Amino acid sequence: MSISRRRFMQGSVAGAAGLLTGAVPAFSANVDWRRYAGTKLEANLIKSPRGELLQKYAKEFFDLTGIEVASEVIPEQQQRQKAVIELGSGKPNFDIVHLSYHVQKRQFDKAGWLADISGFMKDPTLTDASLTESDFSKVGLDYAKNQAGELRSLPWSVDYFIVYWNKELFAKKGLSFPTSFDELASHAEALTDAKAGIYGIVGRGLKNANVALYGHLLLGYDVEALDKSGRLTTDTPEGIAAATYYQRLLTKSAPPGVAGFNWAECQSAFVQGRAAMWIDGVGFAPPLEDPEKSRVVGKVGYSVMPKGPKAQGSATYGDGIGIAATSKNKEAAYLYCQWAVSKLMGARLLQTGGGVPFRNSILNDAEVRKGVKMPGDWVDAVSGSGKVGRPGLPVIIPVAEFRDIIGIALTNTLSGADPAAEMKKATEQFKPILEKSEKA
Amino acid sequence: MTIDLHAEFGSAAGRPALPKERSHKRLRSRRFWPFLVPALIVLTAITVVPWAFTLWMSVREFTVGGTNEFVGLANYARLLVDARFSEAIWHTLFYTFLSVLLPLIFGTLAALVLHREFPLRGLVRGIFVLPMMATPVAIALVWTMMFHPQLGVLNYLLSLVGIEPQGWVFHPATVIPSLILVETWQWTPLVALIVLGGLAVIPREPYESAEIDGAGAWMKFRYITWPMILPFLMIAVIIRMIDALKSFDIIYAITQGGPGTASETINIYLYSVAFSYYNIGYGSAIAVVFFVLVVAISLAMLVLRQKLHWNEMAGAP
Repeated sequence: MSISRRRFMQGSVAGAAGLLTGAVPAFSANVDWRRYAGTKLEANLIKSPRGELLQKYAKEFFDLTGIEVASEVIPEQQQRQKAVIELGSGKPNFDIVHLSYHVQKRQFDKAGWLADISGFMKDPTLTDASLTESDFSKVGLDYAKNQAGELRSLPWSVDYFIVYWNKELFAKKGLSFPTSFDELASHAEALTDAKAGIYGIVGRGLKNANVALYGHLLLGYDVEALDKSGRLTTDTPEGIAAATYYQRLLTKSAPPGVAGFNWAECQSAFVQGRAAMWIDGVGFAPPLEDPEKSRVVGKVGYSVMPKGPKAQGSATYGDGIGIAATSKNKEAAYLYCQWAVSKLMGARLLQTGGGVPFRNSILNDAEVRKGVKMPGDWVDAVSGSGKVGRPGLPVIIPVAEFRDIIGIALTNTLSGADPAAEMKKATEQFKPILEKSEKA
Repeated sequence: MTIDLHAEFGSAAGRPALPKERSHKRLRSRRFWPFLVPALIVLTAITVVPWAFTLWMSVREFTVGGTNEFVGLANYARLLVDARFSEAIWHTLFYTFLSVLLPLIFGTLAALVLHREFPLRGLVRGIFVLPMMATPVAIALVWTMMFHPQLGVLNYLLSLVGIEPQGWVFHPATVIPSLILVETWQWTPLVALIVLGGLAVIPREPYESAEIDGAGAWMKFRYITWPMILPFLMIAVIIRMIDALKSFDIIYAITQGGPGTASETINIYLYSVAFSYYNIGYGSAIAVVFFVLVVAISLAMLVLRQKLHWNEMAGAP
């Protein structure tokens, strides 16, 4: 059964109205959405609120385009491996791939695994007029473009590192939210009451995962892990200072065993009211406000990371959605990617707290904001972090090795090792790997 | 002077084989081939080819989406100076040794108890083997929660008897012993089942004779039970050793080799190199060395078995 464009538009607007308080047209009539009706696509997605959202509303995409999408949603680590191995084989079984920019961007760019969609973006019959490059945040666009300036994916969802804090525990000690790194550490120490099982702060101590937190702290010293000339900064005075600060936070006021904590253990401690602060990504917020999962509902403050000794920064990580260069249905796949980052889907993502769209037009839409279920603090923290957001990990191919090697050094500092010696040793160990990868 | 009877008189019949018989034998042996070939093809496809391919990859600089060139023995040379690999070998051996020894001790003791007659013995035996039947990843998730330093039940239980909370898998010093605890909990029933099998076939007569001679419980165990169950224990050791050496799921699901690299075994390191760093060449070299290590340990076990004549001790042919 074919649907007339007018009828479709009416349906879309009516559907969107339930979610978006204002009657925002969901999809432009200029685009011939049904041009590729009957096409079958395969999508490889990460098991996350983003991937699950696309699956949940897949029927809407089918009704809109007549394109049938079979999507598989796989846990993050396994999806990354599967995507790389399939793309590396030259014959991936999917047309569309969900990628983690902070881990895979450089690898995908260098291998040329994703199709150039710059041309599609300029084609008004394929692209909604509201979808422009300038609508994406700068960091998102930087992630999506390769060195030649070609757009190889659409920026989808951004994750900023923020500070979650327990207002009740702060009030008991008569403290307010810290305004500097020093204050954050001293507050954490003041809030720690080991006998009562309460700790001032919790954060990732597990190797590899902990580098996301370290990268976030590094921004307070106004450096990223890789400087503009491609040199590692992890053994510079700033890099060592960030490691020393990391050690201070997680040894003086964090729960015992934090060396083995990933985000899940941190979240458990925080939702149980056992930690006064937790530094991690904004995407982990929804369970904190869920009465079935949390003992701190309504007590959580969400704030932008305080200013460090030299700068204020928020580590920014992100997801994108792209098209395999080998796909025979690139235009149809592009329609799917466009739908995934559309205002309607982006609003749903934001409103459920499942992610933060890279598109400013969604974030800044007052009507969309009205529908956000998370507290106002959370939206402010997201918006404030966006203003000071910088990449939290270096955009290099051996990013997993970087995370492991630096992560092991950081974990060692939690057992009392000297941060300077550990960071110097780890940096020396990683340098040849980086040089080799850049030469290849 | 020795005489070659076979040369002189032919085959078993005591006379030279007739040409017709020889051709019949050849024909008969050829008839076996159609039955052997499918198995040989499958075996070659699933073991020899992957193994040869692994060897081929191990002498190449081979990364997914990157280079693929011959580098000779460079990957093996790198292993010699890779501190993380050396550490992983040590972790593997330590983990394997205790993951074999502890289930062996507790499994044997449990079998001796479960072999006795007592009410509801069948039910107790059934409950006892439950850990062995559970899915490793499910076990890992449950134990991870139990190990949690603040929220886990283990530290709560310790607090009831006045013991300080422990770091368990969240501390580098206690992570491997904690993982061995999980391994022991899961696989003690397997050893117990094997030993129970051994106990079931020991005849009653030696015990009766020993009792007539005045032997006590310890003497009966030391001189009758122990030698008789030794071949079964040997089987348990080999099964456990293979299983512990290749252990991956429990470790990966609980610690992913951490904190730091404190519980990183060869398998976990190999997985990181091949599937996180996508360095297939170096990962293959690790796999080859790991294979050699497993073969060496297995051969050592076989030699030990031969030297101790454990089969003969039990009166087996």
